Amino acid sequence: MTDEARQSIETARRKVTGKTKAPLWAVLFESLVRGITGAVILVLFFLMGTILVRGGGQITPEFLLQAPRDGMTAGGIFPAIMGTFFVVLFMIVMALPLGVFGAVYMVEYSKGGIMSRIIRAAVNNLAGVPSIVFGLFGLGFFVLFVGRNLDHHIYGVPRTAEEVQAVQAEMAPLQAEAREEAINLADERGITDPAELDAFVEAYVEEQTPPVPRTVFGQGAMFWAAATLAILVLPFIIVATEEALRAVPPSTREAAYGLGATRWQVISTVVLPQAKPGILTGAILAVARGAGELAPILFVGVTFFTPGLPLTEPVNFGLFSVPVVNPFEEFMHLNYHIYTMATQHHDPIGTRGIQFGTTLVLVALTFVMNLMAIVLRRRYSKKS
Amino acid sequence: MSVLPKQAVKAPSPPPARPAPPGHYLEVKNLSVHYGETQALFEVSFGTEKNTVLALIGPSGCGKSTLIKAVNRILELTPGARIDGDVLIEDESIFGQKVDLISLRQRVGMVFQRPNPFPKSIYDNVAYGLRIHGVKDRSTVDDVVEWALKHSALWDEVKDRLRTSALELSGGQQQRLCIARALAVQPDVLLMDEPCSALDPIATGKIEELIMSLKQDYTILVVTHNMQQAARVSDHTALMWLGKLIEHNRTEEVFTNPKEKITEDYITGRSG
Repeated sequence: MTDEARQSIETARRKVTGKTKAPLWAVLFESLVRGITGAVILVLFFLMGTILVRGGGQITPEFLLQAPRDGMTAGGIFPAIMGTFFVVLFMIVMALPLGVFGAVYMVEYSKGGIMSRIIRAAVNNLAGVPSIVFGLFGLGFFVLFVGRNLDHHIYGVPRTAEEVQAVQAEMAPLQAEAREEAINLADERGITDPAELDAFVEAYVEEQTPPVPRTVFGQGAMFWAAATLAILVLPFIIVATEEALRAVPPSTREAAYGLGATRWQVISTVVLPQAKPGILTGAILAVARGAGELAPILFVGVTFFTPGLPLTEPVNFGLFSVPVVNPFEEFMHLNYHIYTMATQHHDPIGTRGIQFGTTLVLVALTFVMNLMAIVLRRRYSKKS
Repeated sequence: MSVLPKQAVKAPSPPPARPAPPGHYLEVKNLSVHYGETQALFEVSFGTEKNTVLALIGPSGCGKSTLIKAVNRILELTPGARIDGDVLIEDESIFGQKVDLISLRQRVGMVFQRPNPFPKSIYDNVAYGLRIHGVKDRSTVDDVVEWALKHSALWDEVKDRLRTSALELSGGQQQRLCIARALAVQPDVLLMDEPCSALDPIATGKIEELIMSLKQDYTILVVTHNMQQAARVSDHTALMWLGKLIEHNRTEEVFTNPKEKITEDYITGRSG
């Protein structure tokens, strides 16, 4: 090889391997990108570090297992943990079947028809709606419309001013009658002290007249909060399920059809089992998302304080009878707890510890759920 | 599915003799297929007899797979596919109004180009067809699974691990499992779409032996790229070219004395 040839090869190699000096703008750009990435990581570390350090000391068995006490300045956050857990549980129980069936319809039944295009547009738009709007929708639709109407038709609770008047008009003569009887009775018994007399009459009237119908469904409740959250996470479940269904290879569908399976059999015995890990991943991510939201449930049942979990009367399960969670009661929630402690409490500085502790519990909860989703996905991709 | 195969479990006894139909056992009449605007098959007609193997050969994209997918109407799953013409099995159109798609596909089994076992156990793969047709009785299912695996020459290799995943089998074993799965629902006709194209020569040899032995009980249509394979396993060979049937004759005739120039060029490797 001549020197000249060697030289030209050397030049070419240098060009290819980039031994030459990079221009100044490239160096600047690279350091800019590095710097921004570093800043993002730094923010994350700072955030997590603060929560860990300041919240970590709060985490005691008492904090996790007791209700708040002493005007919410001491005690734990047990009702909030359980409230969060159950509202999310009810949410996923409602959203998962709806989302999965919706996705199955779009992927397996309506191939690119007008219906599926409408549904897809609706789903995409649903995902873009600000979460506070879901909250207003939950209040307007679930609580005021569905709940109030249920109350009206089942328990006869009045809905409008006219209906209230009608009920009052119906009650008035009965009450007047009872009052008269009470006064006579008090006379006979010789009750003369005015305060005593008033109390006696009040009690008698209440006892003798039919009770005023009470609101059961038409108020903020865990069930409505869960339903509102279910609508919020529905798009995530639909999209995740769609992807999982499309990932099932056509060849296995063909194999099942080739053996004479009906469409439903192909879906239920071949497609859904194979899509299950993907669907579960979507469900877990939806749960993590649902647990992290406050705005949608703000008007539909979350409350500042309950002494414990909202429970029903003991329910008989045959061998034993235990009270179960009553989904038609208001409930505490970790997110709302943080918010109220920080902004609505009379001593927001004094309860900092509780705020950080609650935040840590919330972050840990969503972190564990995301971790589960990652593990599931990893296992899924290994299999196929 | 009406018949469930107590008798088939014991031995591949010859099916009850039916009066010989006037036409061919399986007859394709003027079959044309369009995918949207593109025409993939042009008025293809041929017939094949019971208990024979017909090999469909031809270059890629000539419509072989389309043709056999029309015979169990699985082609209808492909969006945009339109079928004209007719396919008759024992003189009965498979497109007739009374034909039940499910029993048609039970009667006309299919083995695909790439092994496509379900991600279930070996046992569940073979039992799948029975279960979707409503067979629940445990011992019947057991018997049929064993029979189908023996019939597809896989039993000895898997009998000790029926509960392990089918995906752990080798490619050739998976393909024989797919054949067993198709046999388990007691078809009359077996369609095989390049069953060996994804397999090594040894696995291919086993599948070929299997095809030859299955001929006693089934009418087989096999699509292949491999002309030696067609020559080895088939009784009749049909050459497809650009969606048309060029030549259909006894296999020896096609390979030793082709009538058409295209056939001669193709089998001697001058084209295709």
